[in-house]
Amino acid sequence: MAEEDETTVRHAYKESPSWSWPATTSMQRKFSFGAICGFALLLRMMLSLQPYSGAGVAPKYGDYEAQRHWMEITVHTPVKEWYVNTTNNDLRYWGLDYPPLTAYQSWIHGRIIHALEPAAVALNTSRGHEDARSKFLMRWTVLSSDILVFFPAALAFVSLYYKLAIFEEQAWALSMILLQPALILIDHGHFQFNCISLGLAAGAAAAVVSRHELVACVLYSLSLNHKQMSAYYAPAFFAHLLGRCIQRRSPVFGVVKLGIMVLTTFTICWWPFLSSRHSALQVLNRLAPFERGLYEDYVANFWCGTSMLIKWKQLFSVPVLARLALGATITAALPSMVQQIRAPSARGFLLAMLNSSFAFYFFSFQVHEKSVLLPLLPATLLALEEPGLLQWLVPYAVVSMLPLLRRDDLVLPYFALLALFFLLLKCPRHFEYKIAEDKLIKIFRAPILRNCSLAGAAILHLLYFYVQPPPRYSFLFEAFITSYCFAHFLVLFIYANCKQWYVPGDGQWVSSSKKIN
Amino acid sequence: MGAADLQYLLWLVGIATCVKVLLVPAYHSTDFEVHRHWLAITHSLPLKEWYSDESSQWTLDYPPFFAFFERFLAIFASWFDPQIVDLVNGQNYAVRSVVLFQRGTVMAADLVLYWGLWEIGSGLSRMRRRILYLVVIFSPGLLIVDHIHFQYNGFLFGILFLSLAAMRDGNDLLGGIYFAALVCFKHLFAIAGPIYFVYILRHYCKGPQKIARFCIMASAVISIVALAFGPFLYHGQMPQLMKRLFPFGRGLCHAYWAPNVWALYSTGDKSATVVMRKLFGVYIDRPKAGLTGGLVGDFTPYAVFPQITPIVSAILVIGSMMPCLVQAWRKPVPNAFIRWVVYTFTCGFMFGWHVHEKASLHMVIPFSVLAVERLEDARAFLFLSVVSTYSLFPLLFESKEYPIKVTLLLLYALVIWLNFSQLFGTSTKDSGDLKAKAASNTELNVQETVKPLIGPVEGAYLGGIMVIEIYGQCFHPLFFGGSFPFVPLMLTSVYCALGMTYYWLDQLHMVLSS
Repeated sequence: MAEEDETTVRHAYKESPSWSWPATTSMQRKFSFGAICGFALLLRMMLSLQPYSGAGVAPKYGDYEAQRHWMEITVHTPVKEWYVNTTNNDLRYWGLDYPPLTAYQSWIHGRIIHALEPAAVALNTSRGHEDARSKFLMRWTVLSSDILVFFPAALAFVSLYYKLAIFEEQAWALSMILLQPALILIDHGHFQFNCISLGLAAGAAAAVVSRHELVACVLYSLSLNHKQMSAYYAPAFFAHLLGRCIQRRSPVFGVVKLGIMVLTTFTICWWPFLSSRHSALQVLNRLAPFERGLYEDYVANFWCGTSMLIKWKQLFSVPVLARLALGATITAALPSMVQQIRAPSARGFLLAMLNSSFAFYFFSFQVHEKSVLLPLLPATLLALEEPGLLQWLVPYAVVSMLPLLRRDDLVLPYFALLALFFLLLKCPRHFEYKIAEDKLIKIFRAPILRNCSLAGAAILHLLYFYVQPPPRYSFLFEAFITSYCFAHFLVLFIYANCKQWYVPGDGQWVSSSKKIN
Repeated sequence: MGAADLQYLLWLVGIATCVKVLLVPAYHSTDFEVHRHWLAITHSLPLKEWYSDESSQWTLDYPPFFAFFERFLAIFASWFDPQIVDLVNGQNYAVRSVVLFQRGTVMAADLVLYWGLWEIGSGLSRMRRRILYLVVIFSPGLLIVDHIHFQYNGFLFGILFLSLAAMRDGNDLLGGIYFAALVCFKHLFAIAGPIYFVYILRHYCKGPQKIARFCIMASAVISIVALAFGPFLYHGQMPQLMKRLFPFGRGLCHAYWAPNVWALYSTGDKSATVVMRKLFGVYIDRPKAGLTGGLVGDFTPYAVFPQITPIVSAILVIGSMMPCLVQAWRKPVPNAFIRWVVYTFTCGFMFGWHVHEKASLHMVIPFSVLAVERLEDARAFLFLSVVSTYSLFPLLFESKEYPIKVTLLLLYALVIWLNFSQLFGTSTKDSGDLKAKAASNTELNVQETVKPLIGPVEGAYLGGIMVIEIYGQCFHPLFFGGSFPFVPLMLTSVYCALGMTYYWLDQLHMVLSS
């Protein structure tokens, strides 16, 4: 059979019709993209049957309650009071700590739920409101946001960046962006709205690679105004757009134009809070919670990953740590910024997005385990160009969130989606990856390396689920998982930085496997 | 058939299993408790009490092989959590670990389905085989009934596939044995008994040693049946067992009307009553239960139309099967056997007594084997699978599964449409397209003019489903609030019954013309 396969691939569509993705006409292709989106949607819907963060855990509950509480606050209190501690808005109980766009989104969703089930968002009395119907409605607020923001952004990105790819490659890229398990688990299992901020960022990336720089500025500013975590991409956007402006005949004019777009978008988003310096600062203050410490729970970043060796939190005070974190982040993001300012390119920009978000994830202050979604997005956008990177990053990003998902009772979907991702990588394909000629990628593809790494991960899982840690170190295995993932991320970070510097000049991505057909 | 195909099959199985695992927390019906209770019965009681136990309302009413299967699962259940198999304390025990365990057993039992698929696929060309795997493994009907609603149909279809594969390959003895075993698992499959009997009699028991061959077949089948029923016969449980297997005390129609002839008949009766009253001022009293000979159950007797007794229903089933029985008698060719079996299941569904809507799977799943072979069948299959899946929608009545069932149906219809139109080359091709050019060279596209996969009549009908669904979901609650909740269900059932009748006539035509 193996020999037969070798020969049939070449004439796949002639003599021996073996199975391939069934789309030869343009209508079939459109429907095929529809089918991929449909499957991605189905997975999200099935995830929404699962428990969510803090389900039934009074009195603080979890992220689900936070989102529901924001809907309650934004629906029932005036805009001016959203970020202010008042009798109706106790900021100690899940006070709003995301930028205004999240507040507006909460308001819209809150209005809808208020119309259908007022008790679920009633002021003060609805705390911890959980019933089947309100869960269904809440799940649908995320599902609809995903459909309205993330899906179109993914489609736009694939059709713009992979314009010259053959259909199967486009379908593959789209599946990798939409079926990436970490985002599905966090948004539709744990309960968050990353699909909006990441969708806007993906849209901005699509605009950048298709040279619609003004649109990119608007979309990226919106993303930043939905979740401040989108700042992880700021160095990439800044450096790339600056680099593009410098190449022009009148760089200053270009910068000013982009700056005006950014400022306008920000002003519109912040308008209700700009009445006084005080009220704007109040919102800003909510967004930067320095009191919450260097990192949250178990994050596979530098500070947490090395905490077994160096007790950062005990050695330094918070202000020192903050400055240390800032310095380290800038240093780590600098190489990719310099590269993009000097030689901006579409592919280099996506790698810069990956590198700068990795830099923030590793070194910045107050990082959540969920922040790994940020480096994941550019990695999935590069699905066809950096398959090795994707295959290594996605599984470990999901694994790094295991302690969180276990707390949320999402272990079963965790394994199901992880298995699904590995299966998708084995998808029968009629194209070959455009494998770069450099030796770096060969190391990644060495089976022995991959097998050792996976075996290590498997052992960690067994330890984590079946072995009681010694009482003195009750979080020993969480720490092991964190450090293990961090080690992988670090290698990928270094690799991606090297790749960025080896990027060939500007140009659109071209399929390498045209010859197969 | 080789490593690459096996790999492909396993790949699909892996993806399907991930989907099934994600469905674990979905709604499950009382069938979940039914099967849990059967685990408890078979584990805690001696064999002779299995069919007489009444410690719960969910008494054992499947044939002995299924009971043995439950006994086998109960071994693992008692290791997993002894409370599952506790006859009294286990009742309504459905904590998450138990749900996971029971759902896991359904997924594991599906291995037989995959084995059956492998066997039946071995007679097809590579592309058709691979599409067949896709069509069966992701069948929304199976996912809804087995993995959400909760039943064990997958592995039964696996046994049916094994039997059909053996029959098609000319191995009638093995096919007969598999079929006998299948009926001893679930007697609903016995509807295909007549066609098996006629075909085997004419195809297997022929030639100079026909008496000897008949005896071999008879002894093989009888020993399978004896293996199943023997122990109960020994304990004198047969009358009790038969009473459980054939509860004729139930009415003609199930609480929710299965979309068959009787749904149309009932609607006709209801409308006739109204017409008589409105037009002629004749007020017809509903007959008392006594008139139907005690055959009431959850069904009201007819007011205007003649009552239907089990005998009438049985005569109609056999009568509608006659064309294929005659054909099998005249010309017993293995090629046509699968079609005949599918057709008999269709007859059983259309005219049978107390048919469940779930029984439409009996025609859909085996029909997929035909669908990948011929364009006409592919068209009928696409139509049938949408109608059948839609008729299963009322099984999942909770809002949280609503988007899932709709997406499952649409996605499945889309994917099989894509695959069939690729396989049969039914869509118009882009002129400049490399692949399309190559595809038009394949042997599959020899027909000059190809019919589209969905014809105008079918298209209009399927559009009507959307209208019915939107009415039931939006306009009905808007107009009537919570009152008349049965109207959308009735509409669904009657509308699907029209589609099913259309399909049945189509198949009848197909059988007659082949």
